[in-house]
Amino acid sequence: MKARVTVTLKHGVLDPQGKAIANALASLGIDGVSGVRQGKFIEVELAETDPALARAALERMCKELLANPVIENYRYELGDA
Amino acid sequence: MRASVIVFPGSNCDRDAAVALEAVTGTPPRMVWHGDSELPQTDLIVLPGGFSYGDYLRSGAMAAHSPIMREVAARALEGVAVLGICNGFQVLTETGLLPGTLMRNASLKFICKDVHVRPERNDTVFAKLYATDSAIKIPIAHKDGNYFADDDTLDRLEGEGQVAFRYCGEDGEIAPEANPNGSQRNIAGLYDKTGRVLGLMPHPERAADPALGGADGRRLFESLISGL
Repeated sequence: MKARVTVTLKHGVLDPQGKAIANALASLGIDGVSGVRQGKFIEVELAETDPALARAALERMCKELLANPVIENYRYELGDA
Repeated sequence: MRASVIVFPGSNCDRDAAVALEAVTGTPPRMVWHGDSELPQTDLIVLPGGFSYGDYLRSGAMAAHSPIMREVAARALEGVAVLGICNGFQVLTETGLLPGTLMRNASLKFICKDVHVRPERNDTVFAKLYATDSAIKIPIAHKDGNYFADDDTLDRLEGEGQVAFRYCGEDGEIAPEANPNGSQRNIAGLYDKTGRVLGLMPHPERAADPALGGADGRRLFESLISGL
């Protein structure tokens, strides 16, 4: 089973990289961008076929390694799409 | 004082730390590979600077799960002094031995230069030989040194005397202009609750010999000798 994990900065945490991207978009002449937040996208291949057990494993992965709970939120989707 | 330096794949200040330790103790420290799961008898554990695991995922995130870190955490609980320098500070926050985290510098640039920091306390084993009313000059060399914790955590850290060093001007004044990387409240170094675990972004081991431009960092190691 494939899982897609998205890690994003929490609201209120400054994101200088996102800001730099927004500035670069403006200098490309792409207007109308009012903000950019950068995050991480991680694909995980799981041997587990039971969705409930897969979710439990993903929770642990996200909490213990993939995200830093001090500054980041995470979410994930399960499925082979 | 018996010291151990942990070596991760990608550490690059392990030898500098060993040289600085040997210069003040007269004995070379034990170099301990990250894959080991046991530490020798030791009074001080140093987590050196560098780019452990190429900073994959987040600086210090991989090293925090190295086999040796379980033993480091256990020894810290027993009261063994732990010093995390630069990447070592990042590893300490990732393991949860110190609160908060070190984010990308506000300027997004790698910064390598001498900075001034002011010790907030001098009643710890690390800072005995420092004065709290004047600045010391120590170099920084990092891209992820922007200390972040939420306001409640910062208030608690200040209340419990856990701030170890703050970036300051030459005369010791804490000002926004003296903050090289955007760190909350100019925090350059932090203690755990016991004051026996210290993480700091500046490199005292690179300022441990006047021939290398300064020796303000040497007093940190000298403090440890007299305290441990």
